[in-house]
Amino acid sequence: MSVHTPDAGRQIWILTQMLRIREFENRVKRSFTDNPGVIRGHTHLADGAEASIVGSLAHFQEGDAALATYRCHGYPLVLGSDPKALMAEIYGRADGICKGLGGSMHLADVKRGFLGTSGIVGAGIPHAAGAAWAAQIRRKGEVVLSFFGDGASKQGAFHETMNISSLWKLPMVFVMENNGYNVVTTSAQEDANAAAGKPLAVKAQAYEMPGVTVDGTDPLAVHKAVGEAIVRARTGGGPTLVESKVYRLSAHGNIIAPPGVPLHYPEHEAITVFGKREEYEAALRGDPVPRFRGVLVQSGVLTPPKADALAKQAADEMQAAVTFALNSPFPKNESALEYNYA
Amino acid sequence: MANLPFIAAVDAGIHQEMKRDSRVLYFGQNMATTENHEFVAAYGPDRVRVTPISETAEIGIAIGAAMAGLRPVVELYMAEFMLVAMDQVVNEANRFRYMSGGQVKVPLVLKAGFGFTAGWAGQHTGSLTSLFMGVPGLKVVVPSTAADAKGLMASAIRDDNPVVFLHHYMLTLEHGDVPDGEHLVPLGEAVVRRAGGDVTIVATGWMVHRALAAAEKLAGEGIHAEVIDPRTVAPLDLETIFSSVEKTRRVVLVDQGTRHASVSAIIASEIAEQRFSALAAPIVQVTARDTTIPYSEPLEAYVIPDVERITSAVRNVLKR
Repeated sequence: MSVHTPDAGRQIWILTQMLRIREFENRVKRSFTDNPGVIRGHTHLADGAEASIVGSLAHFQEGDAALATYRCHGYPLVLGSDPKALMAEIYGRADGICKGLGGSMHLADVKRGFLGTSGIVGAGIPHAAGAAWAAQIRRKGEVVLSFFGDGASKQGAFHETMNISSLWKLPMVFVMENNGYNVVTTSAQEDANAAAGKPLAVKAQAYEMPGVTVDGTDPLAVHKAVGEAIVRARTGGGPTLVESKVYRLSAHGNIIAPPGVPLHYPEHEAITVFGKREEYEAALRGDPVPRFRGVLVQSGVLTPPKADALAKQAADEMQAAVTFALNSPFPKNESALEYNYA
Repeated sequence: MANLPFIAAVDAGIHQEMKRDSRVLYFGQNMATTENHEFVAAYGPDRVRVTPISETAEIGIAIGAAMAGLRPVVELYMAEFMLVAMDQVVNEANRFRYMSGGQVKVPLVLKAGFGFTAGWAGQHTGSLTSLFMGVPGLKVVVPSTAADAKGLMASAIRDDNPVVFLHHYMLTLEHGDVPDGEHLVPLGEAVVRRAGGDVTIVATGWMVHRALAAAEKLAGEGIHAEVIDPRTVAPLDLETIFSSVEKTRRVVLVDQGTRHASVSAIIASEIAEQRFSALAAPIVQVTARDTTIPYSEPLEAYVIPDVERITSAVRNVLKR
């Protein structure tokens, strides 16, 4: 079940997608200061997880499916969704990919295999297993990727689904993006494995499936680990738990507290709650986006001017998404009552 | 036409749809454990499976399978077991179509018995219908006859939305004539079980039968009650109820749920708001008394609406 290292063209594609996620998330973040009020509710960013998201989705094929959590902006970008429609959704506009009915936490692009996102921690994991059952019945070698965080592994939905998916050998991969924090609670404060100094991937042992831990800031390492799990799933071997260790570079989320009290992104909880500025700064020094750019320049896959051009292209694309979203109209009131029933 | 027990009619509805549509799945706990199980034998282990005791995963899997194009039926046995996984029922299955702006359909059926007032005590006897009926995106079906059990189950499976199918456990072995072959009862159409011009009685599930028994008794006193069975409470066919109220001008609502957690409270509010001028007397509700269902037999009987409480409520509304 070996997975080949991506060729130069594919490595450039990986960097391009990482840049696109970062540029998109930077603009979501900046919206709170540049255009106060355009984003409502609770918004969660994927900056820091780009390598994990892209390394995983690099294996996605026609007919595969992915489901994720409320921290969901990155996946559809990689799967080909229009960033204009994604930003318009986050701004609550009529041109939003979910017509302004879902918002930041509930992006979906079913045509591209991104089936949906639950905002309830862990609740989307069994949905992925259901889609995997459908894939198992179709027998076309399709797989389902279930993305969730370390916090979800404390939920019954995670454990129930790990058990049943292993029992039924469902073609799916559990991708746990372990960013070390459940909001303001560290893993060691809420997880018996973490408290014992063990990786969270050991949870797989209880369910008779492989559990691997990978550096989620290295897209090639993720590409290999998730790739092997996907090959196993496609060939009837059943599910795998991949613990992908990332560090979120923003705080848990941005909350807008009415009336008119925008709580702009404070610093990461490592600093604001635990006073561990060095931990955060070390994570920043390991920022996966500039790091992977450096890897590609160093290995000669990219020249610095070409890398700059890719970054510029991503920035321009996402700036256009912001402009589009700002100019998109709000949905008509009647649309609030559509889509409850098919 | 075959004379079948209610529960066999439910199965007949599932068979009808599994035969015609290979996308229909049927799974749950403590079923399909051998190749000889009637559904496994007929449709194979791809589509019929036993699950662990994991309601969250069972219902969550149904949601994912539905989003991926299948039409699952989950055997939950008892409505209370859904409480273990309530997020999946009222905050996942029903939300995805809406939150995605109509990109997905979530056609699934959650099959659960309820109201088992036969000594099952506090945790297995609830009439939880009203917990589900006001939730946008969910449909809620409550059959009271074997024929409807088959036809409503088949319609629930064909429906493109999540449907909670609540079959009353006290009706499990009640026999009734069930149409052979394809039989569908549309969701959202109430039926008049007995016509009458003096008073309208609305009831669901097992209470339909108590209402009919009460109407029979009242007929001996010269009181002609009309008994309406909504059959589905979401969608709720208010027009049939309103038409009857306009004719009789008096209403008794019977519900096995406790008073403030009853379907009847919702029906009462709709009649009061939309047909107040038709009423000649206040609406009267006959519900379970506000308590957990007790184990001891006479206490259980005291708590649940019976024929006597229904007839006396009718006599009272007619005095006004």
